[in-house]
Parts: sequence; structure tokens; C-alpha cells
Amino acid sequence: MREEWGFHWGLPQPAASSYAGDIDFLLILLHVVMVALYVIGVALFVVFLVKYRARDGHRASYTNPGESASFLPAGLVLAFEIWLILAFEVPIWGAVKKSTPPPAESLNVKLIAQQFAWNFQYPGPDGQFGRRSAALVTAENAIGLDPDDPASKDDIVTINQLHVPLGKPTILGMTSKDVIHDFQVVNFRNKQDIVPGMETVLWFEPTVAGKFEIGCAQLCGLGHTKMVGQVTIETESEFEEWKKQQVADASPSDTGTADARPVIPAVDSHS
Amino acid sequence: MTDAHGHAGAHAHAEPQGFIWKYVFSVDHKVIGIQYLVTSLVFLLIGFSMMLLMRWQLAIPTPPDDFDPEKLSLIRSFLNWLFPESMPYGFMDPVFYNQLGAMHGTIMVFLGIVPLGVAAFGNYVMPLQIGAPDMAFPRLNMASYWTFLVGGIVLLASFLAPGGAPQSGWTSYAPLSVVAPAGQTYWLIGMVIIITSSLFGAINFIVTMLNMRAKGLTMGRLPVFCWAQLVTAVLLLLAFPVLEAGAILQLLDRVAGTSFYIPKDLIYGSTVFPRAGGGNPILWQHLFWFLAHPEVYVLLLPPMGIIAEIIATNTRKPLFGYRELVGSMLLIGVLSFIVWAHHMFLSGMRTSLASLFVTTTLTISVPAVAILTCLLMSLRGASIRFNTPMLFALAFLPMFAIGGLTGLPLGFAPTDLHLHDTYYVIGHFHYVVAPGSLIALLGGTYYWYPKMFGRRMSEKLGKIHFWMTVIPMNFVFFPMLIQGMYGMQRRLAVPVEQSHNLPVQGWSLIIGIAAATLFVGQIPFIINFFWSLRSGEAAGENPWNATTLEWACPSPPPHGNFATEPEVFRGPYEYSVPGHKTDYWPQDEAA
Ligand code: HEM
Ligand SMILES: [Cu+2]
Ligand SMILES: [Cu+2]
Repeated sequence: MREEWGFHWGLPQPAASSYAGDIDFLLILLHVVMVALYVIGVALFVVFLVKYRARDGHRASYTNPGESASFLPAGLVLAFEIWLILAFEVPIWGAVKKSTPPPAESLNVKLIAQQFAWNFQYPGPDGQFGRRSAALVTAENAIGLDPDDPASKDDIVTINQLHVPLGKPTILGMTSKDVIHDFQVVNFRNKQDIVPGMETVLWFEPTVAGKFEIGCAQLCGLGHTKMVGQVTIETESEFEEWKKQQVADASPSDTGTADARPVIPAVDSHS
Repeated sequence: MTDAHGHAGAHAHAEPQGFIWKYVFSVDHKVIGIQYLVTSLVFLLIGFSMMLLMRWQLAIPTPPDDFDPEKLSLIRSFLNWLFPESMPYGFMDPVFYNQLGAMHGTIMVFLGIVPLGVAAFGNYVMPLQIGAPDMAFPRLNMASYWTFLVGGIVLLASFLAPGGAPQSGWTSYAPLSVVAPAGQTYWLIGMVIIITSSLFGAINFIVTMLNMRAKGLTMGRLPVFCWAQLVTAVLLLLAFPVLEAGAILQLLDRVAGTSFYIPKDLIYGSTVFPRAGGGNPILWQHLFWFLAHPEVYVLLLPPMGIIAEIIATNTRKPLFGYRELVGSMLLIGVLSFIVWAHHMFLSGMRTSLASLFVTTTLTISVPAVAILTCLLMSLRGASIRFNTPMLFALAFLPMFAIGGLTGLPLGFAPTDLHLHDTYYVIGHFHYVVAPGSLIALLGGTYYWYPKMFGRRMSEKLGKIHFWMTVIPMNFVFFPMLIQGMYGMQRRLAVPVEQSHNLPVQGWSLIIGIAAATLFVGQIPFIINFFWSLRSGEAAGENPWNATTLEWACPSPPPHGNFATEPEVFRGPYEYSVPGHKTDYWPQDEAA
């Protein structure tokens, strides 16, 4: 319906994940209520200003009728908020953040963020992620993939390019090499901080094919603005084709891909 | 008078002689209040100027197609001349952008609004309102001001540090802040000094208000402004030590090689960062927000107290719901300690904690809505005088309401998924602190200026200042809500690098123009402030016909404030009492 109106409540279009509709609904509901409350309050305010302006022969009243009901509006607002929590907050948050779809039925990808690039690791045909180690990180081997681990032989590593199939959940297991970053795709209506030393998870099920921008939403240094990637959502067969192409093109230690954007080198500003 | 009621020996010292002791190293709460007032207004102007530079960059972030470095506009040549390294041709280097951003936030919060609301007005007005001759600990009070000034100078000096000023945001998230250049060390030391100053002040305020109230001034007769200061002082006392400890840990991480916030195997500059690791970056966020959420109420409560005073005086009637107002402030004080993690829904904190913090956060809307209800309903049945302080106080209500309402979609974790770290957050908190707190503080300046300097400020200039502040402010902050809904992230030096921001970039030009107008709009205020010192209309003791005790002593009050200790006979807002000869009945007027 919103599409038909051509009015999207100021939200970026298209909404491209399975849960984006729920989040948009809650955003819109909240804003409608906020505007309604605001209009009532301001209308009252304006009436009072006009009606009770100082003028000759008008004296202020000493009493404040209705004082005992001061908490009434607050109570109503609270009741409404509790309803929103139970009806929307708990279920939506539970589905989006507290759980993931079954990994066996999803595409699993590791995201290793760094200043100022997104490295994606796909497990390859064996379904196993190769071992990574900080000690192995070099300019060429950005994620420190262990070449001696058999599981790493068929892994696909891309920079700033995430390809995922349409209509199937993708689960990103995310970590950072250096500082905190944040994976944000506005069309998914989701984001998640990526913290060094731990793994955070973000999942999405794309509902629209196309290319969307990945932005970093947590200040991470001088190249923060330029830390941009792209997620490409394609049909299952296109996606399989792309994977085959990657395996054919790249050996595990070769982390670049043809369509990768140039990476801004990290600068050690501490020295 | 000094010891009759067991008062601390505040007034035991004689009036000091000589300019230095009277006006510079003064222990008089009024002089210290004015020192804080002037210092924090100057810091606000500095912080605002930094933001103007940033808004210039955001308005036109990249060279237009027909850009010709040979033919620079006047502004561009000036910026190029002023900052040849960091703003070549008037386009800002991202590092400089991050420095200005971090410093703007820090200065506005810790050196601007808080010292203005708490230290300037609190120091000047609170002892007068409770009928005391001075603060309980005048020397501690002086120490608090000078400590504050040193802390502020250390923070500003960070611009001279190798690598420049802090550049990790006012939130200084680790590990970015730990690996940042030397300016961050200045920030941490500066913060520790400023926190120390705040703690001096908080203790002093609490003791003064509890022990030095005039005879008859029970807590139930205390003006709302004093209540606000009391709650604020308790918040500062309980929340600030946590950040002080957190900042010291971060300092150790930077200079002593510890790993409180550094995990194992951090890779920085292509090599493993030489630390044992084992720390947790999220720990810093908990410590920071454990202070910083109560801090937002430190930014808000004193201005709310000011609003209550101005509204009571200029509606000529008792406040609606004095008890409810005070009770709500106390409730806000308590609740503000259990909501901090609403800043961290997406930080990697355990996701099952979210619903708990959503609930506590939304519970705060009860006292917040109750306060707004009381202030709004106070207008009912009034006889409203629209003088300059009242205009500011009235404008606070609808604008703060936008700030409060926009907290709602941020407080619900699922909608925060979309809005977190976008301009929506920036719009939200600026509506609370700029068109909210700052407007109230400007109103307070117009309201108490006659007490401070014995003369009124010009109403004409005041009204020009009012409109030139309120209108541009909305054009600065409302578009941010629109940009944020569209997903534009905060803290981007060149937002157009991300194509999803392009459709809302146009608003940044409007914001830039509005911000410049806002800056120009402050000129009438500055002129008014200095011009009225000499040429303003003489004020007399009680220019607004108000009831509270600060209006019962001369303007400006002499050393020691009251010729004899006042006695209080009634509540703070006895306006338009039926049968009384005037429409105000001062607290100290014997029946
Ligand atoms: C009235 C109810 C309020 C609610 C429900 C609320 C809620 C929130 C939430 C959830 C956030 C975090 C948003 C995010 O980062 O995604 C936030 C940010 C913020 N709020 Fe509020 N808020 C309220 C009132 C206030 C008040 C009164 C102030 C200040 C006087 C304030 C100042 C701030 C500041 C400074 C930030 C941003 C800090 C930063 O990330 O740099 N808020 N608010
Ligand atoms: Cu970033
Ligand atoms: Cu908060």
C-alpha cells in the first residue's frame, strides 16, 4: 500500500529484509502517536497562551483544579508503552536479535572488519570455515587464514563484496581486527556493532534482489566515511554461479576479487 | 547570624579588599557564579564555532563540478588561510572533522551546559533562594571554579598535542580512543580534572541546601529550582566517580600498557598490537554511559528548575503540582541510574538484556510527561506576562517535547535498530539540550541578570535575540530527524561518499544556513549583555514582583547577601492569593 501512495514515511526504499516490514510498522505507529500527542499538547498550549494572556481586568486564579490528576497523562502514556513492549518490542527484538534462523538452512558467512574495509569469508563447498590466526595477518592475507588448515583451501574471501541468495537467511558472524565498526544496511533496517575480541551476529533474509550499500555506523577513524561495501542479492542460481567463479578465480591466500573496491590502508596514528 | 542556627562559618570572614581578592580569587558564591557564567558562555561560543566549521563542511562536502581552486570564494579563501593543512580550499580533512566533532561534544556538555546550569546559576541563585549568606564551604567553591578552568584549558590545549585534538567522539569508545594520538591523553586528564571540580561542587551544594536554609524554609517550601539543584548534585556525586575511574583506566591503557579495554590479538597498523589483551571494549561503554545517562539529566534538571521559576513568576499564579514536580524530579534521579544500556542495544551487549532496559527507559517517561503536564497546566488560569525570560521559558515546552517524544523510537530496541547512530539520535538529544536546556539557560540569564548586575537587559534586543534563536534552531535540528529516518549516519565527514545518503543531503545545506543565522542571532545577546551592564534600566530589589528569597535582598546583593537573616513564612509561589493586597506574597513577608 505504501508503495502505491509513493509516500514512504521518510524511510529509505525498498525495505529489503523479511523483518523490515515489522520494524517499519512500529516506526510508523510510534511516529503517528507522537505527532498526535504533540498536536494535542501544542493546541492546548496555544489556547492557554491566548486565553490567559495578561490584560486589564484579568487576574490569575490562585487555585489549580485537577492537580491530583497530574500523573494521569503519564499513566496513560505508560500503559500504552507497556502494551507496545509486550505486543511489538519483545517479539520483534526476539526474532531479529535474540535468535537466528537454523544455521543449517542458512548461508553462513564470517565478516572480519578492519579499518576501513569489510572482509567476508565464505566456507566454500566443504561447508567449513578455515582457521584464522592473528599471527598470520599480512597485507595479502588480510584475515590471517591458515593455509595449512585443510578447511581453508576452498574458502572464498572477498573485500567489500557480499553476495547472498534471495529468499534464504544469511547469518553473519562478525568480528573486528582493530577497533569497533558497525555493519549497517539501511534497506534491511538493521545494524550491529562489530567488536574486536568477540563475535557478534547479524542475520537477514533478503526479500528484494539488487545491490545495496553497506555502511559503517560506528566512528572508526579517519576513513570511517569511506568504509563502504556492497551487498548483492541474487537468485540462488546466480549466487551459485558467482561462488563457482570465485573458487575458480582465487586461491585461498589471494584475498582480492576483481570487483573489489580499493581499500584505504590503515594508518598507525599512534606512532 | 553566622552561628545562631548552627550554620557553618560561611560568613565568618570579612569582606575581602582589593580587586584581585574581590573579583578574581573570590570565595563569594556570587562572584564565583558570575565567573562560571562568563566562562561557560565563552566555552559555548567556542564549541558552537567548531560546529559551524563542521556544518560548513557538511553543507558542501565535495567540490562542485565547476570548482576552480584559482577562484575561491571569500569564505573558502579565509578558511584556506586559517587552516591551510586541515581545510585546504575550505574542504575539511576527515581527521580535523573528527577532532572538531569530539571537542564540540565534550565542550558543549562538560564545559558549557553543565557549568552554566549547575555551577553558574546554582552558585549564584541557590544560596540566595535559601536565604544563606554564602555556600557551606566557600573555599571549596573557589577551588571548584579554578579546577574547572584548568580542566577546560587542558582540554582545549589538546589541539596543540602531536596528532591534534581527541578524535574518537565525545564518547571516546575504546579501542579507537586507546590507539588514538596524544590528544586523547589530554582529554582523559582534562576530564579527570573537570570531574574532580564537579565533585567539589556537588558536595558543597548538598551540604549547603541541607544545612543552611533560612528559618522557616522547610524542604516543602523550597523553590523547585533548588530541588532541581539538589537532585542534580546527588546525580553528579554518584555517577561521576564511575567515569572518573573509567577514564583513569583508559589513561593507564594509553600510557602504562595495561589492557582494561584491549582484547587479545588486536591488529593495528598490520601488526599485532603489543598488549597482553584480555580486556573488553564494551566495559568502557558501560562505565561511560553509567555516568553519561545521569549526565543528560544533569543537563536537563537545572534548566527545568529555571523554567519552573520563570513560569511561576510570569503566570502570576502558583505552579500546578509543586509536589508532583518535585516528586517527578526525585523519580527521574533514581530511574536515571538504571537506563544507561539503552545506548548500547547494538553494542554486542547480551541481547536478552535489551527488554529490561527498554522497560526502565520507558518508565522514565512517567516523570518526564508529568513534569511537562505540570508546567503546561500551570498556564491554565494564569495572567501571562510575555517578557523575554518568559518567552524563552515558554519556547522550552514545545521544543523539549520534541526531544522527549523522539526518545520513544530510540528507547524501543527494534526501532533503534534502524535509528541508532543516525542523525535521528543527534536530532533527538539536541532538541533536549539545545532548544531545551540551552533555551532555558538563556531565559535564566535574562531572568536573574537584574539580580546579578542591578540592571535589566533590554527587552527589545532580548526579543530580537529570542526569535533569532528559536527559529533557526528548529531549522538546524528538525531536518536532522528527517535525515536520520532516512538512515544517514552520524559522524561522517563526507556523507556523500555513501550513495544512500544522497537523497537527504540537500537538508545539510539548509542546516548550514540556519546554523550561520543562529550564530548571527547571538550578537544581539552579546551586545545586550554588555550594554545593559551600564545602560540598562535600574532594577531595584524585585523587578519581576516575584516571591522567592533571592528577590528579598538588594540587586546586586552585598557580601553576605541579607542584612538580617530572612525568615520564611510560606511556600515559594504564593501569587494572586485572594484577599492579599498585591498579586504576590513574598516568602519572607510576615503575615
Ligand atoms: C524523555 C525520555 C528520553 C528517552 C526515552 C531517551 C532515549 C534515548 C535513547 C534510547 C538514546 C540512545 C539512542 C541511540 O544511540 O541509538 C538516547 C540518546 C541520547 N539522549 Fe535521550 N532520551 C530521553 C531524554 C533525554 C534527555 C532529557 C536528554 C538530555 C537532557 C537526552 C540526551 C541524550 C543524548 C545526549 C543522547 C546521545 C548520546 C550519544 O550517543 O552521543 N535524552 N536517548
Ligand atoms: Cu567506521
Ligand atoms: Cu540515555
